[in-house]
Amino acid sequence: MASINMDKLGKVYAGDVRAVTDVNIDIADGEMIVLVGPSGCGKSTLLRMVAGLETITEGTLKIGDRVVNQLEPAERDIAMVFQNYALYPHMTVFNNLAYGLKNRGFKKADIDQRVRQAADMLEIGQFLDRKPRQLSGGQRQRVAMGRALVREPAAFLFDEPLSNLDAKLRVQMRVEIRQLQKRLATTSLYVTHDQLEALTMADRLVVLNAGRIEQLGTPMEVYSRPATTFVAGFIGSPAMNMLPAEYMRGLVSADSLAHLPSKADLIGIRPEDLSLEPAKENEMSLSGRLMLLEPAGAESHLHLAFEGIRETMVVRLPHVPEVTEGSTLTFSIKREKLHPFDLATGQRVT
Amino acid sequence: MQTKRTTFSSKWLPYALLAPQVIITLIFFIWPSYQALVQSVYRQGDAFGIRPPTFVWFHNFQALFADDLYLNSLRTTFIFSVGTTVLSMGIALLFAVMVNRMIRSRDSYTTFLVWPYAIAPAIAGVLWWFIFNPTLGILPYMLDMVGYDWNHRRNGNDAMIMVIIASAWRQISYNFLFFLAGLQSIPQSLIEAAAIDGASRMKRFWTIVFPLLSPITFFLMVVNIVYAMFDTFGVIHATTEGGPSQATTILVYKVYRDGFVNLNFGSSAAQSVILMAIVIILTVIQFRYIERRVNY
Amino acid sequence: MVDNNRWGNFFAHLVLIVGVAIVVFPVYVAIIASTHPPGTFVRGVMPLLPGPNAWENYRTVITEGRSRAGTPPIGGMMWNSFIMAMAITIGKLSISIISAFAIVYFRFPGRIFFFWIIFLTLMLPVEVRIVPTFQVVADFGMLNSFAGLSIPLIASATATFLFRQFFMTVPEELMEAARVDGAGPMKFFKDILLPLSITNIAALFVIMFIYGWNQYLWPLLITTDPEYYTIVMGIQRMVTGGDSEPLWHLVMATVVLAALPPVLVILFMQRLFVKGLTETEK
Repeated sequence: MASINMDKLGKVYAGDVRAVTDVNIDIADGEMIVLVGPSGCGKSTLLRMVAGLETITEGTLKIGDRVVNQLEPAERDIAMVFQNYALYPHMTVFNNLAYGLKNRGFKKADIDQRVRQAADMLEIGQFLDRKPRQLSGGQRQRVAMGRALVREPAAFLFDEPLSNLDAKLRVQMRVEIRQLQKRLATTSLYVTHDQLEALTMADRLVVLNAGRIEQLGTPMEVYSRPATTFVAGFIGSPAMNMLPAEYMRGLVSADSLAHLPSKADLIGIRPEDLSLEPAKENEMSLSGRLMLLEPAGAESHLHLAFEGIRETMVVRLPHVPEVTEGSTLTFSIKREKLHPFDLATGQRVT
Repeated sequence: MQTKRTTFSSKWLPYALLAPQVIITLIFFIWPSYQALVQSVYRQGDAFGIRPPTFVWFHNFQALFADDLYLNSLRTTFIFSVGTTVLSMGIALLFAVMVNRMIRSRDSYTTFLVWPYAIAPAIAGVLWWFIFNPTLGILPYMLDMVGYDWNHRRNGNDAMIMVIIASAWRQISYNFLFFLAGLQSIPQSLIEAAAIDGASRMKRFWTIVFPLLSPITFFLMVVNIVYAMFDTFGVIHATTEGGPSQATTILVYKVYRDGFVNLNFGSSAAQSVILMAIVIILTVIQFRYIERRVNY
Repeated sequence: MVDNNRWGNFFAHLVLIVGVAIVVFPVYVAIIASTHPPGTFVRGVMPLLPGPNAWENYRTVITEGRSRAGTPPIGGMMWNSFIMAMAITIGKLSISIISAFAIVYFRFPGRIFFFWIIFLTLMLPVEVRIVPTFQVVADFGMLNSFAGLSIPLIASATATFLFRQFFMTVPEELMEAARVDGAGPMKFFKDILLPLSITNIAALFVIMFIYGWNQYLWPLLITTDPEYYTIVMGIQRMVTGGDSEPLWHLVMATVVLAALPPVLVILFMQRLFVKGLTETEK
């Protein structure tokens, strides 16, 4: 077990192409950090730098007490779970799990015992003699996990391990991976482009954009106080509504926005923060025409349009209301639920 | 040129891995080719060392293009290559189209049609040489009944027809396999769409299938010309030996004979250089085609 | 199926059966001729039905050869062909697969340069540079030897390309997983890449074996000692050695034996053969 320290990590490819800039992350022993961002944001590159599959061109990387910048992947005491699993297709499940141990010169009895223990933990004991192609997607995923954990490494690195699974299995494996990680208390770095995966699995999550950290914090911090418009738009689904403050002033009573700093020229509202209840104290109200009602069983999404404004707004309600499309509805929202941003810099104000 | 996203790092290992291939290439390919280039601009010395080799600029090339025998060989090679290519590809395309209609018998027909590829060109030559044998051969016997007196020992045209048939026969398998693969890669839905649009069977073939096969057809043309020009040495050497009176002396056979039988190294080298130029042109054409295919 | 039509299918079968008959005919004639006594060929047309002398003819070519015309027994020549074909095949496969490995899995100065050197061999078939290549082999004292027969032919751009193409399709993550698992380059090559390449190796093996077995011009130049004759070139010696009409019954028995190994390879490994052929040329 070990901590991982990234100090001003950066990656510049030949030809001056910047992939990662000034990344500082300290992962505590046993902690699970999730790197999340859109494709091309540098999250995979960063993970591969930690793994030793990409050279580190700037900064220092420590795993435990050792600086590992120059070490081969095998010497870093990490294990990695790949997006496409990267199981050796010609080897049985047993040999897939055992390969890394064999290369490290473990004794046969020791290998046997470790493989069986990992296989039991992941419930793949009955597949040990099969080849990867004889397994289902979920089973392959478990084998890939097994290969990582037989080694009992200092850290697990996950590179979008669930993105090849169908939606149902993804939820199930998400839970299993997180439970396993908590049980083993192994330091983990997990890359995903799925904000829901990031929110549900992370002890802390890191939102990356264009190779830089936009925000680092616990899932609730990031969700309730997004530091930038990018984070606000990326985390949460449906995405946060963004309206220029001048439009907002036309929609709500004048004093409703008075508490916000003057630089707040862009206002964010989470779809679920709006309610059909009449406005109470410290709440403001806002009316719009219902264009489309999307019932989704337990909840519903309402798409609103406003007079004279091109922007639309999505409201998420925890029930399906009895309203007709085309009618005008009035919603209430708590004043502290408004997210003020500076349009020019994209930064949150206050 | 690509490599993997991550690569192994070793200073000496890649060189060690490449060494055998590169050394053999240098010794047996690059060096002899260089020698051919050098020899092509020298007149050889005599066997007793009295007259040393002399540098003669492009004299050997000029001599070649002034030589009726060489010009004749160029013409012969052209007729032979085109004949072999057209005959072999035409028959192979017919077979492939027919086999592609079959469902259950497709594999059996394929098995019957692929094995001639295993027969060496020289052996293919000997087989047809036997069939065309003027005294015993079955084909001259049949031709005699319709009043044609076949004799490839005296008649240059007969000899040419024989070597073309022998060379094309062996190459049918190859062309057939590629045409069949090409036909199978054409989506059935296209042909069905054309049928719904009211195109007749023949029209469907010429307006849909054949155009879609054109990349493969072009590729096979280049491959067949290369085959006819260089790999058919055995057919000629084992049967007609270039005769009668040079009628089947293709360029490769002439290089061999001028070099090893007539011992005219300067001329043989100049001929080698011309052949290399032809191969390089053909390879470049083929490579451009490969690139285009990759980009699809 | 749009194309289903009874007369069309009948016609297609007809064309194919006639076609197959024509394709098979030369070999049929050869097999028939190899079963006849020499007398058959003195008079009239070649036979189209089997004769009584099969055993006698094959025994003669296998054990005695035609000493009068300077061709050794077939047995020896077949063995030489086999050695040459195997040496060329194994040689080509080994040096190609390791060069492709170097080109794909390493980045090193001169990589492109070496790639082009190998590529050049594609452009320079033996046939176009006969004399100087012969001189090089002669200078090395490799005439009349298996080394001379095989080594100059084992550089192969095609095989290197095929392996390169294949390696490019091997998922990147396999190599990365192997590195994380502590495998160095050669261990990765041996434990992962080689087992994954087996089908490609087998397909190429079929093609290369046929290529090696069917070599003609090269053994013709390199061997003057009948000890080293290969069967394909030996046939030519039988046909033209001596002034009289060839002894057709023995020539055809030899032809059948010479064609047998590669034909069997194709028939028994048809799937690999088709794969090898269509993929090497892409």
